Amino acid sequence: MTRDISYEAVMARKNEIMKKAVGIDYQVFESGGIAFDYERMMREVGYTIDEIRKIQAETGVGNTPLIELKNLTKLARKLAPPGKGARIFIKDEACNPSGSFKDRRASVSVYRAQKLGFKGVIAATSGNYGAAVASQAAMRSLNCIVVQEVFDSEGRGQPEILEKGRKCEAFGAEVIQLSVGPELFYTFLCLLEETGYFNASLYTPFGIAGIETLGYEVAEQVRAATGRDPDAVVITHAGGGNVTGTARGLLKAGCRNTKIIGASVDLTGLHMASDRDFNRKSFTTGHTGFGVPFATWPDRADVPRNAARSLRYLDRYVTVSQGEVFYMTEALAQLEGMERGPAGNTSLAAAFAIAREMDEDQVIVVQETEYTGAGKLPSAQLTFATEMGVEVRRGDPAGDKPGERIVIPEHPAQIRVKEVNLDALRKSYISNCIKHYKVQKLTGEDIRFLAEDTKTIEDYVRMVAEELGISI
Amino acid sequence: MPDVAKGTWVQIHRVVLGPEERSPHLPDDTKKVPLELRLKGFLTHDACIGDEVEIETLIGRRVKGRLVKVNPEYDHGFGRPVPELLTIGMELRKILGGDGR
Ligand SMILES: Cc1ncc(COP(=O)(O)O)c(C=O)c1O
Repeated sequence: MTRDISYEAVMARKNEIMKKAVGIDYQVFESGGIAFDYERMMREVGYTIDEIRKIQAETGVGNTPLIELKNLTKLARKLAPPGKGARIFIKDEACNPSGSFKDRRASVSVYRAQKLGFKGVIAATSGNYGAAVASQAAMRSLNCIVVQEVFDSEGRGQPEILEKGRKCEAFGAEVIQLSVGPELFYTFLCLLEETGYFNASLYTPFGIAGIETLGYEVAEQVRAATGRDPDAVVITHAGGGNVTGTARGLLKAGCRNTKIIGASVDLTGLHMASDRDFNRKSFTTGHTGFGVPFATWPDRADVPRNAARSLRYLDRYVTVSQGEVFYMTEALAQLEGMERGPAGNTSLAAAFAIAREMDEDQVIVVQETEYTGAGKLPSAQLTFATEMGVEVRRGDPAGDKPGERIVIPEHPAQIRVKEVNLDALRKSYISNCIKHYKVQKLTGEDIRFLAEDTKTIEDYVRMVAEELGISI
Repeated sequence: MPDVAKGTWVQIHRVVLGPEERSPHLPDDTKKVPLELRLKGFLTHDACIGDEVEIETLIGRRVKGRLVKVNPEYDHGFGRPVPELLTIGMELRKILGGDGR
């Protein structure tokens, strides 16, 4: 029997393929409407913190150092009003085996795949996650395929993605390099069907539970270093797993009053599926091109119910410009002796600005770094940007224009955050739920769920539903 | 005479979807071009550049495509020093009260 592998036919088999490839029956958590039992899904399919710590210890994941950035704190205080300038700490996630927090996420999925007897794992990602899955698969003796979006139609590759592909190959993974386009998902489904491998999706409860240890460690380490809970934790936001897992870990450690702040690089104006725009951005993740669509519609992911739901946890969401992140990457190397980045430094740039609003005795945590080097350094990215016709100059970063101009600040005081209107994102999410599930009316269960899923109250959801003309 | 020997590490190229087979939800520039795939592996037979060939990948999967590169290079690098970044360290040390070394 030959399978029909046309685009339409394969996409139509999506749910059936996914169910086999992640081994989760999402149906049991469904209500039939918008609501689903998120916490039950996380409980029954995920693992407890203690179980995860054990799984991660088997492959050397986690327990990364928390480092106080004393010189950057001093600098922030010089630029802040008297009494202001929180202590800035950074969690050196680059110390994980493949060089980023993504090892936490991959560790549980690959463990699960091994336990269930899969021969291999597949991940669809152009990011650090590929290297993380490849590294974990190598340790657990599983085959690994990574599917990446790498090239434009001229065959030009984004240097950072080329580097991540190299790293996957270094761990023995097969790397499928595709040109620009969302049909990467089609290729991914074909491969899952052909190989019968496990889908190490970024968005299963395993992946997200794997990140909880990061938040948990931050809580423990900040308490040990300062005797208090972190006042704010800044988290680079793309698909929202980093925010979700870290926030859940902090809550599990009892940090009830810690502000959860998401940060993305502002890439407004660039189209993520555009062949032309693809190579005119200097950040391949941690940007608004993922952050906003995933916050407002998490279930766009490769699994029916995404375990990464950032609006459930965010207290604040800010953006910084590409130029500001490059500046802070340089500052981290020059003042703190740590060459790291790029995506991890998005939250660093935001934290440097936000620390100046906070009191001196407060603590702000940048919850990750990532490895850097060829393809990933500002020099590699900016050389490539210049070749693609993007202007690079010094000035006020307010003049930054994604795809056209990268403005490197002239002074650290110019590093600021822009607020993302969380209220607008919440409304957009609620509206997307109503559209997607084609409901005319919200049930009591839906209202309760949406209030939890947007970190609001039921009256807020009722008000939004009314604005949208939906009966309750 | 085939000039690439069996067992050589190579890259193949394939069109996965022609422009007309692609997803209907694409920006105009992407709609006009095919979805292409590149993959590396060991040639399972002697061949010439441009031939339809078969490779065995790092995990032993056999895949067919057009032979485009022999021993493909990793050509991403550190880039050139960026004048806009070079002086930041000195500037910051000055603000912190040092002499900027
Ligand atoms: C180093 C690094 N930081 C942050 C992120 C963002 O994580 P998430 O996609 O879960 O929001 C990513 C992944 O895209 C990453 O690789």
